Amino acid sequence: MMNILRIASRNLMRYRRRTLLTVSLISLGVMSVLIFVSVAGSFRQMMIGQITDAMLGHVQLHRRGYVASTDSLPLNLNIKAAEAKKIASILEKMPQVEAFSTRIKFGAMLSNYTETSNIRLTAVHPKQEQVTLPLLAGRIKGTEIQSLKRGHLLIPEILARGMKIKAGASVVLVATNRDGSVNGKSFRVAGIVEGLSGPGGRDGYLHIDDARELLRIKGAEITEVAIRIKDSTSLSQVVGALKKTFDVKKTAGKKNAAKKTANKQPDAKTSKGEKPGKLEVHSWRQLSPFSTIAKMIDLLTLFVQIMLVSIVLISVMNVMIMAVYERIREIGSIAAMGVRPRTILRLFLVEGLLLGSVGTIVGIVVSFLTVFALSASGFTFSFGRQQGLLLNPTMEPSTVAIVALGVMVVSALASLQPAIKASRMDPIEALRHV
Amino acid sequence: MSVVSARELTKIYDTEGVPVPALSDASFDIESGSFAAFVGPSGSGKSTLLNLVGCLDRPTKGQLTVVGEDVTGLGRDDGARFRGQHIGFIFQDFNLIPVLSAFENVEYPLLMLRDWSAKRRRARVEELLKAVELESFADKRPSQLSGGQKQRVAIARALVTGAKLVLADEPTANLDRETALRVIRLMKKMRDDLGTTFIFSTHDPKVMDAAELIFTLEDGKLKEDGGAA
Ligand SMILES: Nc1ncnc2c1ncn2[C@@H]1O[C@H](COP(=O)(O)OP(=O)(O)O)[C@@H](O)[C@H]1O
Ligand SMILES: [Mg+2]
Repeated sequence: MMNILRIASRNLMRYRRRTLLTVSLISLGVMSVLIFVSVAGSFRQMMIGQITDAMLGHVQLHRRGYVASTDSLPLNLNIKAAEAKKIASILEKMPQVEAFSTRIKFGAMLSNYTETSNIRLTAVHPKQEQVTLPLLAGRIKGTEIQSLKRGHLLIPEILARGMKIKAGASVVLVATNRDGSVNGKSFRVAGIVEGLSGPGGRDGYLHIDDARELLRIKGAEITEVAIRIKDSTSLSQVVGALKKTFDVKKTAGKKNAAKKTANKQPDAKTSKGEKPGKLEVHSWRQLSPFSTIAKMIDLLTLFVQIMLVSIVLISVMNVMIMAVYERIREIGSIAAMGVRPRTILRLFLVEGLLLGSVGTIVGIVVSFLTVFALSASGFTFSFGRQQGLLLNPTMEPSTVAIVALGVMVVSALASLQPAIKASRMDPIEALRHV
Repeated sequence: MSVVSARELTKIYDTEGVPVPALSDASFDIESGSFAAFVGPSGSGKSTLLNLVGCLDRPTKGQLTVVGEDVTGLGRDDGARFRGQHIGFIFQDFNLIPVLSAFENVEYPLLMLRDWSAKRRRARVEELLKAVELESFADKRPSQLSGGQKQRVAIARALVTGAKLVLADEPTANLDRETALRVIRLMKKMRDDLGTTFIFSTHDPKVMDAAELIFTLEDGKLKEDGGAA
């Protein structure tokens, strides 16, 4: 085997330029996959992190129908106090849930005494919000979310800029209550919130008790619950579990009803057949438009991988077909010498594999250096209104292994046909070839 | 003891449905250590016969024993294994690998067929290059060698694995008279030194004179006057 390897590499060195070209092509392919996967993957990871850790949480609970009309921020689709309390006690017991934050969302008019503008607001319990959205703090300039006090308002950057409002300024919020009456309350701008794309990405923040006062809401009524789960990779399982608990179509079957409604939805109506629960469970994927972009990135990744497979397949096959054709007489003479067909097959297979592996190694090394340089240089980019996002691309060993393995398999496949052809040659005919 | 023994060896090619008898009922024996030649005009069946003896092709009819083994029905793989063990080849147009040095060309069969250490290989290759008087050309590529030198490298290559039988189909056809005779004499000397049986074909009377045993072929038939030259 060592000898075959030696002869195969010696054969590759015969056509230095051609080998170099093929190896560079394969390296380039490997590089494009690895660098793309690394940069796009880190972009994706970071964007998802922003969405789940600084805006939406992983999962949200609303009253049925709220998400469909979220644009108008309706107050009549809030979750009632009793229900909210029940939800809280269930969530506290769920082992998959790390934290959750109950919020009220509403629209209001913001005035700085010279100008007035619409504002969307999220009212929170600061401590709950801080543990549920750990990266939210990073979006806020001027204060910290957990020290958000009553009478404080965090306004979105875009409004602050548009209305020239600085931290410390006093402003007035005017909101329409559910019954149609209007109420106003003055606030001090405690900080500015950086915008994010997606729902709630340009919301202002205030204390939930201020919202209740402004909206004249009695009791612990809420609009939504944002939930942070412990293991983000098990999102779909947790969503499933939450749906079972809050959003499942309950059957009226006695056994099921007895079991399921015991602690989960005791007030479910005992109508016959199935009926959706009062609440809706959505993962961030369903709530954020970024999930489409994430899907696009996955699609592009697939596309780049297909490109790599094609590059390797075509270039290795091309070189190996040429190699067999150029060496017909040589194949004849080594076959006459007594080199067995399977050894000839192996010789050409190893030659193709060697092309693939050298290309892969070079590609991996260069990609590693590139990604390292990108990382070290603090490469930043802008996405939508977000600027100066710091990308921290890394190369996953598993990705590298998969790419390397893939190239090897494709190289072997690409050289298989020429190798079989070489091994099946009749030595007499091959020797007669001119 | 005969190294090659053929009984009614026949090869009929089938060219587009037309049977072409290239060799008909050839029966002969070649003793171990012989220096034998098959002679005859072009198309008389010399190559066909040598290909059969070299297990590169299978006879249509008849029986063939080489180095004590019945090779009549040997398959591709067994044929290759058998050749690798017992037979060396010298070709009309040398068939050296152009990108390899003389040394590497001689070493090639050892790399592919024998699991020897680098040291043992080197010693063996040097021994044979010395025997064909090309020690000082070990690093030269085929393109830097004359025709005669190339064929001497090929002789060393055919012998390097210790073959008992060397087959050479028109080994001198691409060489001038003088060189041809020197190459044939070298082959004979190798036979003398190593006891290897050499069987070659030629249509050159001067070259065939060097043979100790001559078989004449005509239209695929062995003429009965065959025997000691
Ligand atoms: N592969 C083949 N297919 C058909 N006919 C062949 C083939 N090889 C040789 N022959 C025919 O067999 C005869 C003997 O050829 P060959 O053994 O090559 O003669 P020589 O080597 O003496 O010139 C010739 O008539 C030749 O045309
Ligand atoms: Mg011939």
